[in-house]
Amino acid sequence: MFKSSKRRELIIRIFALIGLTIGAALVMMPLVWMLLSSLKPPEQGNKWPPEWLPMSAEKVTINGKSLFVYAMPVDGQIKHLALLSKQGAMGTFIDPLNPQNTYQLTVNEGERVTTIGPRWQNYVDAMTKVPFGRYLINTLVVVVFGTIGTVVSCILVAYGFSRFRAKGLNWIFLVVLATIMLPAQVTLIPTFIIFKAIGWYDTLLPLIVPAFFANAWDIFLFRQFFMSLPLELDDAAKIDGAGPLQTLWYIILPQAKPVIITVTIFSILYAWNDFFAPLIYLQSEKNWTISLGLQMFNAIYRNNDALLLAASVVTLVPVVILFFVAQKYFIQGTVVSGIKG
Amino acid sequence: MKKQTAGSLARKEAGWAYFFISPWVIGFILLTLGPMLISLYLSFTNYSLSSTVAPNLKPSLDNYINMFTQDPKFWHSLWVTILYSIVSVPLTLFFGFVVAYLLNLKVPGLPVWRTLYYLPSVTPAVAGAILWGIIFNPSFGIMNWFLSLISIKGPGWLSSQQWALPALIIMSLWGVGGGMIIYLAGLQGIPTTLYEAAEIDGANGFQRLSHITLPLMTPIIFFNLVIGIISSFQFFTGVYVLTRGGPADATLFYNLYLYNNAFRYNAMGYASALAWILFVIVLVLTLLVFKSSSFWVYYEGELRK
Repeated sequence: MFKSSKRRELIIRIFALIGLTIGAALVMMPLVWMLLSSLKPPEQGNKWPPEWLPMSAEKVTINGKSLFVYAMPVDGQIKHLALLSKQGAMGTFIDPLNPQNTYQLTVNEGERVTTIGPRWQNYVDAMTKVPFGRYLINTLVVVVFGTIGTVVSCILVAYGFSRFRAKGLNWIFLVVLATIMLPAQVTLIPTFIIFKAIGWYDTLLPLIVPAFFANAWDIFLFRQFFMSLPLELDDAAKIDGAGPLQTLWYIILPQAKPVIITVTIFSILYAWNDFFAPLIYLQSEKNWTISLGLQMFNAIYRNNDALLLAASVVTLVPVVILFFVAQKYFIQGTVVSGIKG
Repeated sequence: MKKQTAGSLARKEAGWAYFFISPWVIGFILLTLGPMLISLYLSFTNYSLSSTVAPNLKPSLDNYINMFTQDPKFWHSLWVTILYSIVSVPLTLFFGFVVAYLLNLKVPGLPVWRTLYYLPSVTPAVAGAILWGIIFNPSFGIMNWFLSLISIKGPGWLSSQQWALPALIIMSLWGVGGGMIIYLAGLQGIPTTLYEAAEIDGANGFQRLSHITLPLMTPIIFFNLVIGIISSFQFFTGVYVLTRGGPADATLFYNLYLYNNAFRYNAMGYASALAWILFVIVLVLTLLVFKSSSFWVYYEGELRK
């Protein structure tokens, strides 16, 4: 009986692996396609059936000239010949192996020889056809200040909510929690009007300043963590003459590293990916962030898939690096936000 | 004397508390409560930032009456959003759960699988939307290429009135990894003793799933369901990048319609009214979560370490 249940477990596990493989293939396929297609020459985007691998035309250099190689039917055989010049439908071909042999052939009878070859130029183009550096700097400004603002303000506020007694504090905390349910759209329009009235339209300020006023979600995360630390620590620090700020700095924060990292990561990710606020607040190109710049790039180069995907990959890479560096905190953060909400 | 000291100490402590929470309080007044009240007021006016609209700032119910009686686009955007969420949310939940369940069967290489499934969830929304736009290209996209392999002539997807919404739903399934991670944590938190006891009682795998796993997971599933529906009402970037609501309003999501009113038609008053209706919808859904709290009491005590 034991043996059969073990075997059954093995079979179940094999089926699970098969299912997971199929699912993972489906999920990863778009990303693989994205990476491969970002390296294709522009004309390869309009091929049917689609080709997965980036192919580039093969060239040979003859007498200092770089020539395309064609596969041409010559006397019932396919020969790889370099196209020297074209006269209407006819072309003059040279055999790269015996440059003295030339042929007059109809170009359309053969086709260009392609080999697997990534076109890295797409990445250069994607980053130079638009002021990509400018977008990047703007985004980094938002990411850095937004994250500092979020982390610092949420730590202070959570510290206030978790380590002190004061009248009405619990009620205020309930209001904090209630704001989690408030859809941003409800405050969107007046906030927009106010920011516009004080001259913040078309600046990065509306994307940065609100972060300094703490948000319910991260306050909640920090508070949960601070509450798990024994209050005796604070008392001991107090006896040693530490004020509340010193206690926070020397006693609480050194232990709070995991939460700080989690909040930092999600704050970076949020600022990097945010599209809506840049869309409504940033007008001139010199102020655009990466995500807004990418959307505008998308509007201009709609017919050049390879270029679009190269630009998209550029915005994706930092996020993926961040993910791999801090995977543990990513997963923790998602789980905590999902379960404890 | 002693009492006084205690009182002043308590006052000092309260002072520190208010000091520390002041960033939130100031932000709440300036960036939440104030704008909320203004938005509520604006929702009863025809306020607009453009100078061509004669402002009528005397509050009236016109916006709300128009919305419910004379604006087919309001009902249509509500319908599009609901249709999307009743298909996309359960499918995402289902596949997320299945993947988590399979991963929890102690398969080798758990971190690798988890990463593969989770990666799309961290992809920036604009980049993801551009990618899917190319995949859904009717003439050269790989979606129709795959369909052609099984001899199906693929539709026009994002350019087709019938298929644009299904295309966005397919795109949303790409994000199963986010939910999967949450389910996986939930599954890993179910005490193994329960399964052992069930096994001794002779329960088979299916019975264990239906009598232990699923009941214990219902709070998380239900919670994700509500969150999923709420986020459908916030869905914006993907549809803005890909279709702008088209073709022929086939993908006019509620949030996009709100955006259009506020920033394209300059009808800020009407957009505020739309925002408040959205708030009411979200509130009702959230209340559903609280009503169901009898569900969650169990796991609150069990899952936390």
